[in-house]
Amino acid sequence: MSTTDRPVATRPSAVVPEIEVDPGAFRHLADAQMNVELDTGDMVLNLGPQHPATHGTLRLVVRLDGERVLAADPVIGYMHRGYEKLTEYRPYPQIITLINRIDWLSSFANEVPFVHAAERLMGIEAPPRAVYIRTILTELSRIATFLLFLGEMGLQVGAMTPAFFGFRDREHVLNVIEGATGGRFHPNFNRVGGLKDDLPWGWIAECRRTMDIVFKSCDDFEDLLMGNEIFEARTRSIGIIPADVGTSYGVSGSNIRASGVDWDLRRDGDPYLAYRDVDFKVWTHPDGDSYARYWVRLQETRESARMVLQLLDAIPAGPIMAKVPRVIKVPEGECWVETENPLGQMGYYLVSKGSTGPFRTKIRSASFSNVSILPWLLQGVYIPDIITILASLYFILGDIDR
Amino acid sequence: MTHLLAVDIGWGWTLAIKTVVVLGLIPLGALILGYTFLLKMMSHMQSRLGPMDPGGFHGWFQLVGDGMKFLQKEDIMPEQADRRVFALAPAVVVISTFLIFVVVPTGPRLVVKDLDVGVFYALAVSSLSIIGVLMAGWASANKFALLGALRAAAQLIAYELPLLLAVVGVVVQAGTMNLNGIVTAQQGGAIFGWDGLGNPYILTQFVGFALFLVAAQAELTQTPFDMPVAESELVSGYMVEYTGFRFLFFFIGEFGTAFAFAALAATLFLGGWALPGVHGGTADLLGPLVLFVKLMAVAFLIFWVRFTYPRLREDQLQAMAWKYLIPIALANILVTGLFKVWL
Repeated sequence: MSTTDRPVATRPSAVVPEIEVDPGAFRHLADAQMNVELDTGDMVLNLGPQHPATHGTLRLVVRLDGERVLAADPVIGYMHRGYEKLTEYRPYPQIITLINRIDWLSSFANEVPFVHAAERLMGIEAPPRAVYIRTILTELSRIATFLLFLGEMGLQVGAMTPAFFGFRDREHVLNVIEGATGGRFHPNFNRVGGLKDDLPWGWIAECRRTMDIVFKSCDDFEDLLMGNEIFEARTRSIGIIPADVGTSYGVSGSNIRASGVDWDLRRDGDPYLAYRDVDFKVWTHPDGDSYARYWVRLQETRESARMVLQLLDAIPAGPIMAKVPRVIKVPEGECWVETENPLGQMGYYLVSKGSTGPFRTKIRSASFSNVSILPWLLQGVYIPDIITILASLYFILGDIDR
Repeated sequence: MTHLLAVDIGWGWTLAIKTVVVLGLIPLGALILGYTFLLKMMSHMQSRLGPMDPGGFHGWFQLVGDGMKFLQKEDIMPEQADRRVFALAPAVVVISTFLIFVVVPTGPRLVVKDLDVGVFYALAVSSLSIIGVLMAGWASANKFALLGALRAAAQLIAYELPLLLAVVGVVVQAGTMNLNGIVTAQQGGAIFGWDGLGNPYILTQFVGFALFLVAAQAELTQTPFDMPVAESELVSGYMVEYTGFRFLFFFIGEFGTAFAFAALAATLFLGGWALPGVHGGTADLLGPLVLFVKLMAVAFLIFWVRFTYPRLREDQLQAMAWKYLIPIALANILVTGLFKVWL
């Protein structure tokens, strides 16, 4: 059949859907059974790509029976920007700018594993002062990301006010990051072999003051949301991820720690940054539900602030840049570097053929694996619980689609 | 003192004045509540200022400007929509709000229609708005709107009964369903023989007052029970396809109903227009002002909760209503009845 035979629809909505005629519908009324159960068909609901609860352009195709979810399919890729391919055509300094945009809430933490991979292949190490500043800024970006989560989770379960508190307090942290790097969201501050600049005068004192705000903010969220009965009713035993299911799906970061898995790359992975010099606790929660995920992130925000205070006390003097050639060429080789990012395990597999840019980069982003559990997790929950679960998993679309 | 409003101006003029007052009152009330609470109180709770520029003083003109903007918007109707029902739905919602104001007294004589079954009538017409909501959700040809409308209908079953039962205590105590009668009963009442303040029923019916506020919160689809609109889930539910003037109708309906319910609560529990020791013509003059102050106090409570709490789930609301609110309300009626008989 050629295409011209078909009736051409001018607008999609003008197409009359084909109705399957049920022959039984034309039976004589006397034949009809009077006690036929009502046929309540499933409804397919499209959550997203434009939906306030999906943090961007995640699309969930949800099959519903009333309010109950029968099946949910996440559709991703609306924000695919092809970073893995783009890195093959750019020199290393330019790639740092690019990968800032993968997880745009904690950009600085994104830069670290990539720069580490390049440094490891080149066989150089950043000077201790640069390592400490990197650690501080990574933890600051973790705090900024989690403060936003702590507020936004409230918004997703219906409380409008905490969201503004989250934004307000994150602003202080962003100011500190901006003070050091010059960029609020995309610092682009790392260089292969060190950092772009040293800390400005007075920054350390300002950072200490900001940590007080962070502690107070955490207390506020604990009082405002975690002590609220409605919040508990909406999050407790909603979206339980058992430890074994979570690990088999590759869920990482705070999400898996909230399921009782005591695993944190800052402590358990290859040594990176200055985490071996810091005394910190890895928080876990046995429940694995949305409430546990909120609780773990709240504790980790406090823990990060404590770590920043420790690091500020111990920050060494010295240069901030190792000796690197003017044009960075990474010798032939491959390496895998993974770090504990705010959203979970972030890894770069870097293949170099000795040129100014990588030959191939594989990015393992946390949100992609975290979201992969959604079809399993969303079965049988109610529509409001979808939103709670999405919010508590805490993903960034750029981190899923890359 | 001769009565100020005792001048006979004929039924035609009376009707005209009453119509204008009721028609003007609701948009005005919606504006006042919207400005005071939605724009200013919420902003200050959330560490921001809200609108500051329009109109000069703290952005008081903002909502008027918003309203004018809505009037200029294109009237968009979804192609698959049931056109007549879609167009009618906002009107039904607003009409139910208007009908409540018919019986709310603002003075001994300042009442549009002094019905003997005032309380009954007010609560009956207030639940008419749910029909408008259902119409809007069904006619929008949108799944989110449909879900929102069905939630609203399910919610009706949960809150309507506690709302009625909460008021029964007041009716029993006052011995009348006439709202003016309830006000005068509170004004003339006495607390253990001392009649300096009258007897606002919030003192004896505090359980009823709390129940009434909770149920009213559900009736108004405000935050702990705003599942029908649920911005983060259903993207404002049944209103999702509405734009321009029709959306403005829903907005006026939302805040106008809040105004009406605050007025009802103030009348039933806080003594309405009555001030202790003020009678006759002075009461007619002061009444609207007194009622307004009391109403704003109640509205403050309503909106305070709205901007603070997270949202319950639909099934949790049903559980709460049937397991807690209704038994408490019944117990309240029982206790009130026993006191009424024995004291």
